This record gives sequence, structure tokens and C-alpha cells, in this order.
Amino acid sequence: MSLSPERETRELRLRQIRSEAQMRVAAGSNLPPAPQEETYLGNGDRPTRDFQPAASASPQTGYYGMPLLKTPAWTWEVPIYFFVGGAAGMAAMLASVGALSGADRRMVRDARWLAAIGGALSPPLLIADLGVPRRFLHMLRVFKVQSPMSVGAWTLLTFSSSAAAATVLSELGLRKIVPRIPVLTNIAEIGAALSGLVLSTYTGVLVGATAIPAWNERISLVPIHFAASGLNTAVSILELKGHTSSALNKIGIGVAAVETAAGASLELGKKPGTEPLHHGPTGWTMRIAGILSGPVPLALRLLSLISTSRREKLRRAAGISSIAGSLLTRFAWIYAGRASSKDPKVPLQLPGPASPDAKQIPADK
Amino acid sequence: MSVTAFLTDSTLCIGCKACEVACKEWNQVPADGFDFRALSYDNTGSLGHSTWRHVKFVENGAVPGFGGNASEVFSWGFSSDVCKHCANAGCLEACPTGAIVRTEFGGVYVQPDICNGCGYCVVSCPFGVVERRPADGRAFKCTFCYDRQKDGLAPACATACPTESIKFGEIAHLREVARKRVRELADKGFDDVNLYDPTDTSVGGIHAFFIVRGDPKTYNLPPKPEVPTTYLKKGWISAGVAAAAAVAGVLLAFSGSADR
Repeated sequence: MSLSPERETRELRLRQIRSEAQMRVAAGSNLPPAPQEETYLGNGDRPTRDFQPAASASPQTGYYGMPLLKTPAWTWEVPIYFFVGGAAGMAAMLASVGALSGADRRMVRDARWLAAIGGALSPPLLIADLGVPRRFLHMLRVFKVQSPMSVGAWTLLTFSSSAAAATVLSELGLRKIVPRIPVLTNIAEIGAALSGLVLSTYTGVLVGATAIPAWNERISLVPIHFAASGLNTAVSILELKGHTSSALNKIGIGVAAVETAAGASLELGKKPGTEPLHHGPTGWTMRIAGILSGPVPLALRLLSLISTSRREKLRRAAGISSIAGSLLTRFAWIYAGRASSKDPKVPLQLPGPASPDAKQIPADK
Repeated sequence: MSVTAFLTDSTLCIGCKACEVACKEWNQVPADGFDFRALSYDNTGSLGHSTWRHVKFVENGAVPGFGGNASEVFSWGFSSDVCKHCANAGCLEACPTGAIVRTEFGGVYVQPDICNGCGYCVVSCPFGVVERRPADGRAFKCTFCYDRQKDGLAPACATACPTESIKFGEIAHLREVARKRVRELADKGFDDVNLYDPTDTSVGGIHAFFIVRGDPKTYNLPPKPEVPTTYLKKGWISAGVAAAAAVAGVLLAFSGSADR
């Protein structure tokens, strides 16, 4: 194989590196020559200390306690997207099922708007988190069923367009600007409801099907937790908008009960890799989020069934608590994953607790 | 085209870092910066977006006779780490753009003109190899010198290695070389030599295996790396149950209430 002169020079350079190394070994010294001038390059973008260094490399500590996995690159846009997309997806489902079962038309209309607005806000959030945002359309080069990120990109595309179409078509019909076309409206609405259900749940699969222990060890829980969280937010926003049907309160009671159970499962289901879900700052964020979206709204909503004078106030308080808790839940999951990635103990199957506040967990044997 | 592989034999490594230098020069990988970690002679730490070959420095303590040393001298273990180019690669499965592909040589290659920096490969690698470069936005890792292999050349690191610690060749042949080497060392009395090639996990074997003395965990080589697609079934079942329960619950609430 003949190489271009440029390649030839570079090939020669590799031989030079090799013989230089050999010469140093022969001279019994591995020290580089002193730099001629100040060539300080700074720390670059590599954090100096983002882990607990161990004194040595050993089968008990791994390589000087260095993290094995890489920290997720995702920033605040991702949990916000999980929150907005989850609520919008469930709102589309509420609109469709509501319309089907003869619910209050104004409520159905607001749910539809909620879905369309959330569907419009989600893509910018997702695009902002990309390393190269102008290449966002590359997501649509392929469809890969084995990649939840690919499934999610296509789901979001379907959802945003069908939720927008459902809203535009029904608004045009309601305002009698153009005659109603029930077939088209129904197709858009069913499309939004189905893709909305995927949108609210796939994010759980997305974080679960990764190498991060705190996420993959709870993969069965995350999609359920995210679905409940999304429905909780959608119902709460509709209530705060002024819809006070008892059906909405019933849904609210149901999801708050599911969220309470999810919180209990997180609290009780301790596995070696789930430490960040119940210890340290991420554990406390998860705990507070769980209380705000589970027991608190559950109690307030149940009270609202008894008290007639304060019914509206109680339900509004439950809604505000649920929304805050759901938002916090998304952040807790993402930041717990970041903490989990820095602990080499689980992927390397190292003995003993990794951090002092993890003593309750027995050494994995 | 035959499937190629790396065999990194740490029993031959002298820790000269020629592989790191050669990789950086050939692939034009940016500097990591001067970062004093005070962990042996290693100030790089791990593989990353700007480190595609990384020599690990393990200090074994003063064990008489270990590594042929005098009793008062501690012995070194050096091992040059690299992307494992898994048979079932988590990064490749996770990539939503199709930027990560399997080359005709069996390597896993990130196409820099396709990658949009979504970061999903970063969390899908069970070895913590691929990383997003903040200044650039895209994900980077070892290319297995795809360009050189296309020209029939060995990767830059293997070319520059002065002790043939880094061997490059056809995968089945190299596996045989590795097994022979482990046997040869055992015959010489080195009974703690291990071949790291996790074929019994969902990763299904790697295209860059390692010969190390002692427990591979010492070198941050995970005992049971799993490709994250194995968790998908559980996740989608849970998602399906959650979606069905939500629809059923909402339907029940609306149809069961006089006040909807």
C-alpha cells in the first residue's frame, strides 16, 4: 500500500515516538526533558476532584477509587423536559378519554391546549441539551427500536404535531371558522393520546436502560413513577385553571396513592446501587419530592371530600404541592444518576460502603 | 475483511506512554491539561473524550520476589487501557442518530459528521469510555484507527509500542496468542496472570482484551459488564402497565362520576 507524502511523514513520526521510548528505557530514565517555556494548559474541562480518591489501586478499591462510569452529560433541560413532556402527554390522554366519556367540554378543551403547549415547549428543551443543537434533525435519520432515545425522538415528533393539529382543528371547528372535520380531528386526537402515553412513560425506560446502577436497578419503577408524576401534574394544572369536577379529584387521589407507593418502594427497596436514591442530597431531594407529590396531596384531597367550605382551597393546595413535587422528582432522578455514576463500588463489585452515610447497607456479598 | 482486535499485555508494559502520545498525535486529540492528581505517576486518570489510550499505574507494594524485585522495592503494574470495542456495544445500540457504527474490521466507530451530542452513549457504556467533549459538543472515543486500518496499517498505539505490549491482529488469532501467553507465564511461576475478556456476560466478548497480573478490578476492569439493552424488556413492560393503568383509571373516574 503506497501512502501520500503527508501520511508517510506522520507514519515516520510514530516510529520516532517508538524509538524515543526505547532510547529512554535504554538510558534508564523515563523522565521527559524540562519544558523550554511555560506551557501551562490549565485544567481544561476535566474536573480535578469529583470522586473520593483511594490511597492505592487494589481489588478492594478499584483503580485509586476512580469512577468507572462516565457522568451523564445531561443538564437542567432534561429534567424540565421530562416534566413538561410528561404532563403534556398525560393531558392529551385526559382530553381524549374525557371527550369519549362525556366529560366537561371546557375541561377537555383546556387539556387539549395543555397538551399542545407542552408539545411545543418540549422539542426546544431537548434540542438545547444537545451538544450540537443544529444537528437535531439527525435524530430522524434512523429509527432504532433498541434505543429509547430514538423511540423518544420519533414519539415527540408524533406527539407535538398531532397535539397541535388536534388543538388547531378543534378550535377552528368551535369558532366556526371552518366547518368541523370530525374524522381528521379524531385521528389527530387519538394520535396525540397514544403518543402522549408513550411520551410520559418512555423517559423512565430511557434512564433505566443505561449503565448507571441507581437507574437500571430501578428500571421497573421509573416508568410507573414518571407516568404517575405526569398525570398528577396534568390534573393539578387543570384544577388550578378552575376545573373542579369530582372526577378530576378522583384521578388526583389515585395518582397521589401511586406516588405514595412509589416513594415507599424507593425508601424500602434498597439495593447496592440505589444509595443515591435515599442518601445524601439526592436522596433527600427524592424524599421531599415524594412527600410533596404523594402523601401531602393525598391527605389534602381526601380532606376536601369531607370539608365542603374549604374544598376549593384544599384541592388547589394539593395541586400546587403535586406540581412542585413532580418537578422535583425529575431533578432527583437525574441528579441521583450523576451521583451513582461516580461510585465505582457497584459496577466493579467492590466490598464495603462507598460513603460514610451509606452504612445501613450491608456489604454486597 | 477480517475482524481485528487489540491484545494489551500488561506484563510487557513499561509505562512509557508512547501509545498515549502516538494516539494523540495521529488522531489530533486535544490536550487534557496539566492536572496533578497525586495518584502514582498517572495524572490523566481514565479514558475520556481527549484520552483514547490511557496507561494505568498500579503500585503493588513491596512483595519479595513479586515481579522479580528485591524485597524492599515495590513492583509496578502498568496497563494501557483502551475502548473495548464490545461485541454487543452499549453505545452503538443507544445511539439515536446512527452516528455510531460497526466497521468492517469489527470496531465501534463514532462518525463525527453525524453525532449531534445527545449524550446517550455516555450513560450506555458499561466501561465508561465514550464521553462528550464540552468544547465541541460531540462524543468522542477510540476509533480503532479506522483510517489506518483501511490503509492496511496497524493502529497508531500498536505501531508506537516499543515492547509489543500492545498487539494488533486478527481476533481469533490474538485470542490464541493471549491464551498461550497466560500458559507460558504460568509455566514460569506467575500464577496470578489473568486474561480479561468477558465473553460470559451480555457484552458478548470484547475486541480489546487484556492480560493483567492479579485481579482485573485493580485496573478498573468490571467483572460483569452488561450491555444496557438487557434492561429494556423490564422497562417497556413497566411503561405499558403504567400507560394502561393510567387510561383505565381516568376512564373509570370520568364514567363513574356524575360530576365530570
